[in-house]
Amino acid sequence: MTAAISIRSLTYRYPNSHRNVLDGIELDIYPGERVALLGPNGSGKTTMALHLNGLLPIQAGSITIQDTLVADANLADIRRRVGMVFQDPDDQLFMTTVGDDVAFGPANLGINPPQRDLVVQDALAAVDATHLAERHPHHISGGEKRRAAIATVLAMSPDIVVLDEPTSGLDPVGRRELAELLATIGATQLVITHDLPFALATCPRSVIVDQGRIAADAPTIDLLSDPERLIQHRLELPYGFQLRAPGA
Amino acid sequence: MSIVAMHAPDGFLEPGVALVTGLIALAVMAAAVRSSSQELGDRQVPLAGMAAAFIFAAQMFNFPVASGTTGHLLGGALAAILLGPWVGALVVGVVVLVQALIFADGGLTALGYNVINMAIVPAFGGWAIYCLVRRVLPSNAAGVIGATAVASGLSVVFAASAFSIQWLFGATAPVPFDTVFGAMVGVHVLIGIGEAAISAMAIAAVLAARPDLVVGAQDLNATQLADRPRVGARPFVIGGLLVAVFLAMVVSQFAASSPDGLEKVAEDKGFSDSATDHTFAQSMFADYATRGIDNENLSLAIAGVTGVTLTLAVGTGMAVGARQLRRAAT
Amino acid sequence: MGGGHAPNKIHDLVISGESSVHRLPPDVKLVALVAFVSSIAMTPRHAVWAFAVYAAILAAVTAIARVPIAVIGRRLLIVAPFLMAAALVPFIGDGPQTKVGPFNLSTDGLWAAWNICAKALLGATASILLTSTTPIPDLLVGMTRLRVPRPVVSIVAFMVRYLDLLADQFQRMRLAMAARGHDPRWLWQARPVASAAGTLFVHAYERGERTHQAMLARGFTGHMPDLDTPTRSSGAWLTALGPAALAVSVCIVAIVQ
Repeated sequence: MTAAISIRSLTYRYPNSHRNVLDGIELDIYPGERVALLGPNGSGKTTMALHLNGLLPIQAGSITIQDTLVADANLADIRRRVGMVFQDPDDQLFMTTVGDDVAFGPANLGINPPQRDLVVQDALAAVDATHLAERHPHHISGGEKRRAAIATVLAMSPDIVVLDEPTSGLDPVGRRELAELLATIGATQLVITHDLPFALATCPRSVIVDQGRIAADAPTIDLLSDPERLIQHRLELPYGFQLRAPGA
Repeated sequence: MSIVAMHAPDGFLEPGVALVTGLIALAVMAAAVRSSSQELGDRQVPLAGMAAAFIFAAQMFNFPVASGTTGHLLGGALAAILLGPWVGALVVGVVVLVQALIFADGGLTALGYNVINMAIVPAFGGWAIYCLVRRVLPSNAAGVIGATAVASGLSVVFAASAFSIQWLFGATAPVPFDTVFGAMVGVHVLIGIGEAAISAMAIAAVLAARPDLVVGAQDLNATQLADRPRVGARPFVIGGLLVAVFLAMVVSQFAASSPDGLEKVAEDKGFSDSATDHTFAQSMFADYATRGIDNENLSLAIAGVTGVTLTLAVGTGMAVGARQLRRAAT
Repeated sequence: MGGGHAPNKIHDLVISGESSVHRLPPDVKLVALVAFVSSIAMTPRHAVWAFAVYAAILAAVTAIARVPIAVIGRRLLIVAPFLMAAALVPFIGDGPQTKVGPFNLSTDGLWAAWNICAKALLGATASILLTSTTPIPDLLVGMTRLRVPRPVVSIVAFMVRYLDLLADQFQRMRLAMAARGHDPRWLWQARPVASAAGTLFVHAYERGERTHQAMLARGFTGHMPDLDTPTRSSGAWLTALGPAALAVSVCIVAIVQ
């Protein structure tokens, strides 16, 4: 089976920095998978995500999305296939109404206006945000902003959706609703998060990134029920949580 | 008629002046859109838009001036030093446009002179002064901060002078040019101190966090940027105040140079005497602005000197901006 | 300078309604506004009747749009400094004098003060009526339809989108300072406020960079897409330009007189 995302020896160093923030990442994610990307602050999770969409130039190594290499020549195609939901929805919702914002991506893809309206309606309906179309992004709640941001990505019918810290700033109900929403999205998903219970609720598989390398790759339940491994990578379940691996 | 002549409302100057300044502002803004698009590429819209939001937000908040009274930033020179003169002028021009269109702050028909006085003159005039002062000061962060102070302070005075010159051509009230000039420049010298202090301290904060963002400091390397003797704010403000008092005295000399400005008979006579010598100037300048002056030569001399200085400052700023643009393009 | 700008949140300016004024296409309203304020600005000061007609037109539009007079009055405060400056002109102006109460005032000065006040108030009222009846996204659509260059409209759109966000952020920084007992009263105590302004710039710029990435991620190539679906009827032009055309003719008559 062709991997949805295939990363080989990906290495990256920011200008003026003295260390590799990514240091030989190797990862395969298959179509339809939902994978959590865990790791402490500064471990390179977001940097890795930005590479998937061609937002950072590849310095060493390679990324293949389905059968297409991430390279300058294929950027338009890559950006249609890979949707990025950024950490702060205010960075993503930059138009003056939510509807216009959802239409931004399809318009860049050259979809004509009548069809674009349908696409926008479908994307908003998929995140249960049809009523937000005429609203200004400054005037809606954190949970609504998150859903709208996801709609802007769904409107481009991506095969892969990358979400960066999607639960930040959400209240517990918003968090649960988001987990339910992600379960309804058919695309392959890569969820960057510090929120381990959320990872458990949404992603059967988890990958721990630490110091620019893949430190673990296993079923989420196995990783989270291994306290020593969690501590080793500065990860911690919320107070009172205790998980036991099935069969352990 | 002092500090308030910045967001001038509809009909504050004669329609002819509104039209001519409107055309000039339009031309410069069009050039600024083109230049900034070359400088910023596909980042033009998000970065200029966000910078405009910043200038607007900065203008909305008050800083303390004296004993609890407050003022607010104009930001034209600061924008130019942070973003370069073209992007700076564009950003502040957009702010002025939105203030007029959405907040009714400044008339739509006054946009020409408001954009010139608040965006174009402070950005290019301030940038020119900034470049000049940088040559004198050491090449380090302190030099950038000092030059920002001088440039921001003077940019406000330039703006006031620019308005006075426009008054000379398009006065709508019987207040002579030298009264307007004296009052405008006098008050704005004081405002300039606040602008200088706030802009300098704001630049210092940006240099400390992200020096790479300051276009006006791109010539400095990391070591030079770290070289930053800390100057207390109080000596700075007091020094600025002394300079301002000196300037205000000089300026008031101009204003007082027609002491009989209020003595109608003499002045009407003086006006009619000199009118014959200056038919051309007469037709160009608003009657009002020159009427109160018995010595029209003096008034024209002031206008001329101010005009030349201002034009030079703005012209230098544009030339320097254009040169950097070309350098960036190659 | 002065008291700063109106504390209005930029998106709270619209008084929602269903009137025919609200429903007019934004580009039509913009053209009408520019024609109207230009007429006001060009009307000779002695044509008092003309200003009365302008005021009557504005009153009629206000009534049709059902914009509360109190709202207009409050927003008109923005021109107050100019009215005060204008009030000084009769005292410092020269030329023939008129006795008003205990004062000898300049006749020309009185006319000048009238001129500045009338034009400032009428012009600002017209602008306020536009923003009270037109949501800002619609205004941006109007600007696009009127061929305002796309980059300018997009920059304005960005500014409008992020203004409240940055202002809130700045406000929170001020609160955090106040919470720690910072109460500056003199300019040399302004360093924390000025530093906050510098920090705000850095935040704004970095947000601009992140937003740029978010745009690229959705296929942005440097040109903002046109999201407008044009609907234009000649009926709308006639309705909206009616008052403006009346104002223009009043202005022409006043000039010719």
